[in-house]
Amino acid sequence: MPKAKVTFEDVGVTVIVPAGTRLIEVSEKVGAGITYGCREGECCTCLTRVVSGGEHLAAPSVLEDQVLKDNMAPRNHRLACQAQVLGGEIVVKPA
Amino acid sequence: MNLMLSAAATDSAIEIGNDVHWIGAFDPDLRAFDLILRTANGTTYNAYVVRGSEGVAVIDTVKEAFAGQFFSRFESVADYEEIRYIVLNHLEPDHSGALPELMRRAPQARLVISTRAPMMLKGLLKGSSNEDDQHSGSRVLDYLAVGGGDRISLGKRSLSFLHTPFLHWPDTQCTWVEDEGILFSGDVFGCHFCDTRLFNDAVGDFRFSFESYYGSIMRPFREHMRDALDQIEPLPFKVIAPAHGPILRHTPRHYVRRYREMCGSTLTNEAAATRTLLVFYLSAYGNTRRMAESIAAGAEEVDDVRVSLYDIEGGDILPFVDLIEEADGLVFGSPTINGDAVKPVWDLLSSLTRVNVRGKLAAAFGSYGWSGEAMPLIEDRLRGLKLRVPVKGLRVKLIPTEDELEVCRRFGRDLALHLTGRQEKKPVIDLAELS
Repeated sequence: MPKAKVTFEDVGVTVIVPAGTRLIEVSEKVGAGITYGCREGECCTCLTRVVSGGEHLAAPSVLEDQVLKDNMAPRNHRLACQAQVLGGEIVVKPA
Repeated sequence: MNLMLSAAATDSAIEIGNDVHWIGAFDPDLRAFDLILRTANGTTYNAYVVRGSEGVAVIDTVKEAFAGQFFSRFESVADYEEIRYIVLNHLEPDHSGALPELMRRAPQARLVISTRAPMMLKGLLKGSSNEDDQHSGSRVLDYLAVGGGDRISLGKRSLSFLHTPFLHWPDTQCTWVEDEGILFSGDVFGCHFCDTRLFNDAVGDFRFSFESYYGSIMRPFREHMRDALDQIEPLPFKVIAPAHGPILRHTPRHYVRRYREMCGSTLTNEAAATRTLLVFYLSAYGNTRRMAESIAAGAEEVDDVRVSLYDIEGGDILPFVDLIEEADGLVFGSPTINGDAVKPVWDLLSSLTRVNVRGKLAAAFGSYGWSGEAMPLIEDRLRGLKLRVPVKGLRVKLIPTEDELEVCRRFGRDLALHLTGRQEKKPVIDLAELS
């Protein structure tokens, strides 16, 4: 199975994860500072800055895209409860 | 004559400025607001109408059950066809309850909401809007989303907006009528106090309600409150017209100053240069207590960390909440009794919604007899409160040995290192190792 490397910059931890993993599945286990609300892509609590490697995340769904727009999220920001890693190296930190 | 009864009975608008009227509602019988906030004096739902040379703007509405008062008062000073704008400073149902009916009566009126409000507006007005989308078959809402500094015109008079989100919902904003010096502040500077004499220099003593309202409603958002005060303080306001309670026309700046004081630090930390770690515990037989003491001792080994140890059983909740609001890190210990943490821990943890704890470091621990659910349940709650839990919790079966107390000591040291950002950098790890 393809693997990806995700680094949570605020806690300085890098995790090797299978492709398809959502950031939410990893960030809490390593104690990263990304916090969650609804966990379903609606509340925007888990807004996360993608420092690098955004191209290695699956494109946002229509729902995530709408929530990002409604909350005026800056570029290179994603919802950690929705964003799936595809491969490569990705660096994220809490927004 | 009883002032309160006579004024309430008239259902007439009350002038608060030149061509500016209060058209809200009195709810003297309310005793619990939003289930959590008690009120000895009921409340008011304050709504206003502002007249310009070209039409009027309605600012906020009232709770649905009180719409009759609102519409009667509106009709005493304006006609529905004159409404150009309906400004919503806050969409909570106690301020938007009469909105669907007002939209039916004034279909030409444009809704004006903050840029953070559209999703909430859609959630509130499901099936209530006044326009059909011919293409999708679903109803659509026509609204104007405004940000800080945006302005709408009523001819010779204009209304501008302050971007003041999270006071106390994401959608909140303030509306400023410059020519009259009136700030419509939404729930900010409000309180639950029903007195039909309406103005702060005429009503009964409401100071306790003003302060308890801040403590219950605004305190969790004090960082946002400071940002809002930075915008409000320079304004040359003569009147502050909040969404609940008395209108502040006498020394309104006094109330702004009080807010500035209240959203400062509750306590002075004389060790301000260091990070603070609070260790809370409960212990039936001294086992969890010994763990707590070892954790605190381990944390103490790290420079620049001020460690404090508290037995929850011996303290009151609210002073603990004050401490927690100012702390950098929190550790909670509880034995497991009947498959759960014990109630005083939950009482304290459920009180933390009164303050902002998001992002603080936290951890859990405890002694247990056979199943040890308390620690993971506390961890779940800490994550639910949006705290950061970087170190896996610690459990010890019944009486801790010296070796186990040494593990507790290392646990405390590890937490303190995380608190100061000096934790050992982990190598790359595989997700499977974390499961």
